[in-house]
Amino acid sequence: MTDAVIESKKNPDKGALSRVHFDQTAPLLEVEDLKVEFHTRYGIAEAVNGVSFTLQEGETLGILGESGCGKSVTAQAIMGILDTPPAQVAGGSIRFRGVDLLTMDERTRRHVRQNKIAIIFQDALSSLNPVFTVGWQLGEIYRKHTGATRAQAKAKAIELLELVGIPSAKQRVNSFPHQFSGGQRQRVMIAMALALEPDVIIADEPTTALDVTVQAQVMRLLGDLQKSMQMGLILITHDMGVMADVADHLCVMYAGHAVEQASVYQLYERPAHPYTKGLLESIPRVDLKGQELVAIKGLPPVLTNPPPGCAFHPRCRFARDRCKEEHPPLYDVPGGRRSACYYWEEVLES
Amino acid sequence: MTESTDFAMEPDPRTEPPESPEQQKREINRSLWADGWRELRSKPQFWLSVVWVLIVSSMAVFPSLWTSGDPLDNCLLEQGSEGPSAAHPFGFTYQGCDMWGSVVYGTSKSLAVALLATVMTTGFGMLIGVLAGFYPGMVDTVLSRFTDIFFGLPFLLGAVVFLAIVPERNVLTIAMVIALLGWTTIARIMRGSVLTTKNRDFVEAARGLGATNGRIIRRHILPNSMAPIIVLTTINLGVYVGLEATLTFLGVGFQRPNTTWGLLIAEGQPYAMQGDAHLLLIPCAFLVVTVLAFILLGDMLRDALDPRGR
Amino acid sequence: MGRYLARRLLQFIPVVIGTMFLLHYITTLGIQFNGDPVRALFGDRPPPDAVLASIRDRYGLDDPCLQQPGNPCIGLFIDRIGEYLRGDFGTSIRFTDRPITELVAERAPVTIRLTIIAVVFETIVGILIGTMAALRKDGFVDNSVRIVTTLLVSTPIFVFGVLVQVFGALALRSWLLGIDAPLWLSDMFSPVYNVANPWLSLIVPGIVLGAFSLASIARLTRTSLIENLRADYVRTARAKGLPARRTIGVHALRNSLIPVVTYIGIDIGVLMGGAVVTETIFGIPGIGQLVLLSVRGQDALVIIAVVTMLVLVFLVANLIVDVLYAVLDPRIRYD
Repeated sequence: MTDAVIESKKNPDKGALSRVHFDQTAPLLEVEDLKVEFHTRYGIAEAVNGVSFTLQEGETLGILGESGCGKSVTAQAIMGILDTPPAQVAGGSIRFRGVDLLTMDERTRRHVRQNKIAIIFQDALSSLNPVFTVGWQLGEIYRKHTGATRAQAKAKAIELLELVGIPSAKQRVNSFPHQFSGGQRQRVMIAMALALEPDVIIADEPTTALDVTVQAQVMRLLGDLQKSMQMGLILITHDMGVMADVADHLCVMYAGHAVEQASVYQLYERPAHPYTKGLLESIPRVDLKGQELVAIKGLPPVLTNPPPGCAFHPRCRFARDRCKEEHPPLYDVPGGRRSACYYWEEVLES
Repeated sequence: MTESTDFAMEPDPRTEPPESPEQQKREINRSLWADGWRELRSKPQFWLSVVWVLIVSSMAVFPSLWTSGDPLDNCLLEQGSEGPSAAHPFGFTYQGCDMWGSVVYGTSKSLAVALLATVMTTGFGMLIGVLAGFYPGMVDTVLSRFTDIFFGLPFLLGAVVFLAIVPERNVLTIAMVIALLGWTTIARIMRGSVLTTKNRDFVEAARGLGATNGRIIRRHILPNSMAPIIVLTTINLGVYVGLEATLTFLGVGFQRPNTTWGLLIAEGQPYAMQGDAHLLLIPCAFLVVTVLAFILLGDMLRDALDPRGR
Repeated sequence: MGRYLARRLLQFIPVVIGTMFLLHYITTLGIQFNGDPVRALFGDRPPPDAVLASIRDRYGLDDPCLQQPGNPCIGLFIDRIGEYLRGDFGTSIRFTDRPITELVAERAPVTIRLTIIAVVFETIVGILIGTMAALRKDGFVDNSVRIVTTLLVSTPIFVFGVLVQVFGALALRSWLLGIDAPLWLSDMFSPVYNVANPWLSLIVPGIVLGAFSLASIARLTRTSLIENLRADYVRTARAKGLPARRTIGVHALRNSLIPVVTYIGIDIGVLMGGAVVTETIFGIPGIGQLVLLSVRGQDALVIIAVVTMLVLVFLVANLIVDVLYAVLDPRIRYD
């Protein structure tokens, strides 16, 4: 899919972004010590508390964690679409090809959005505007970013729909979101993210609302497109099965902290953090039929009043006195991994 | 904020074993009303409105508490249209009656009409709305067309026509005319509310447990569809007070020798043009503040009972 | 869309007939219980029965069913519908023998002008301040808008009209005359309708007429916009790199205006009632004033005919609004 179809004199994105010096040798996305706070009437919640990770071209980074651990907030912080009261980025940097997005002015950042980094949301029905056709919503991207005419934009929209596997694209382009099935709607969301061939795609729980067979189709589509376009993909989910299939590297989040980072094989084979270990143990397995299901006891902490020290220690079976004092830093673990646990060696052994 | 930016905010007390749908629903129910009450009682406008409503209601029921004697007893034409003075802080009406006393005694008929009309409107509207919402098919169609037919008569227009032909205009007849034209709004909202509630899981669960329709309506549907009706009923109290005054002003409502705020305003208008402002301003002020109190209460109830605000 | 339209039309016809009949039934009951209006015309000294009978015959009030309280007079109803369909709305008793259609045609332009002013004022200003309030939620603008609109909604239209007339228009006009302001400016604030200024002297009454609806529209716009601004699809629009003026002005606003359009259907009914009050207060010779005069004067035929016409307008307007609603919200269209 090339931009050759579109010939326009005014290409707003090109203009704005040509003034930014992207370093093509730098990693695609580098998040360092990101902190996001929410100011609520119960106090300040540290939704993202010092998270760092790196994404390279062609790579899939998985962010794994329960609801409320801060993964979606991280995604939206990268996109720059957090509701700024009550949310506030309190520190850290988000570097896209070496350029810190957080220090960019909003006008330029707007052009980065969709053009270089795009996002796919979980609930496609509520994430699409119900009163405009799918073709209009897809075409809008071209009309506003590349100065395309309505006809050109519509042609591109049809192309996009075909790319993501929507049958009868020429007719469906005039349909409204509620006229599609759940799986097709998610494909439309994917199409929307791909429109300008971004370098990074963030998929925030893309398949959680779909049933298993549709899930598989959508994930396969995403994987194929990523390969053919050499994009970086950040996949956010709490589904460990999907993660195992698709991710290259993982970042496990808990209560706003990154608690473990490893390659997918390393993590699944031998976790180095008690939380990851707990997650893996709680997956029902066919070969353990007949045994009692294991669960991580307790509940995630209240973010306006987190426990002292390590956020996970109240639920951890490796916890000791030291864990109550200070939240552990990310230790380097052999093999290029990291773990935020004082006793990661023990966890590895067990 | 959507689910994906949700994170653990308040302590989640539900670490007990799963409850039956009945229990769950009752708990949700109770906490909605409890939450609502908590929000309401923290607002100063709430208490101000409640106090005013109480004042006005007591004026209606016990006028002698607020003023000495029937104002119509002491009317002297020489006093006519005199402005406020020390002894009579609100002055005199154009007939020479004490303005304060007239306003106080005027309260009862105005409030009585509003109350009666609201009771009839809500009662009848709820009945039709529940039946139409709960029983689909022919029942719903017939009742909905019936509602549409009454809805087709614009409120004031219909009221003016109906009151013209009513033999005697008293609290009952005026209230009935208002109710005849106003029940449709309550019916429509009730129907919508019932339709939404009917599809919720706990209703199906109750049915599965063998509950009869009557029981389902009484114990499950009604408590959960009541919130918008309560809001509308409160607002209607205010609206109907204003409506009675409007009809009286137009000449199709109460007539002398009754005393109502509408009459005071109607009589005061031509004299106010000539400079006796208090003849107009005082009854107007009472009317507006009373309507305002009810509407504020209704607004606050709506915000307090809105589950989405949680 | 076709199915939706067909369904609405199918619902529309029985409702129109039903409402017409309801109106007819109640007015018939009135005549049956209150005695006939022809006799009432003559007060204490009625002419001989034969004369009364011939007058009744002339105005179509001689049907024997009118003597039987409770009789729904279906025959009379059908006859009258027939006459209306033929364009014959009868003649006024009070305005001796003038055809009602003539009376209506004479007064309609004024009321239409008044309504146009009211509707333009209430929609433009209402949507504007509702939007401003939503965009700066809980700020000074928002709180002011909320206070003002709540006050407006709590003030019955006749109170507002009377207060504006006495303390607004009258006072302002004297002041303007006193400082030798241009004539058209002081004419605008004339407290009574002035035929010489068909549009200018309707501005103040038009504002009074539209005030209540303005408050409702503002509140509705505000609530609707606040809700839509939080919606997921607005978040998507922002993620698409669209500027705020587009995510709000196109995406959110388009969805927010749907309930406002629906409100306009009800609004027509409110405006009709309001016109009766406003025209009475400001002495405007329109249809509203006609209704009140006929009610006070017991002119049964005029009441029935005019209110029937107005009800028809109301029902048709609601039908149009329903269709418009489907045009605006595709979820309704394709079910």
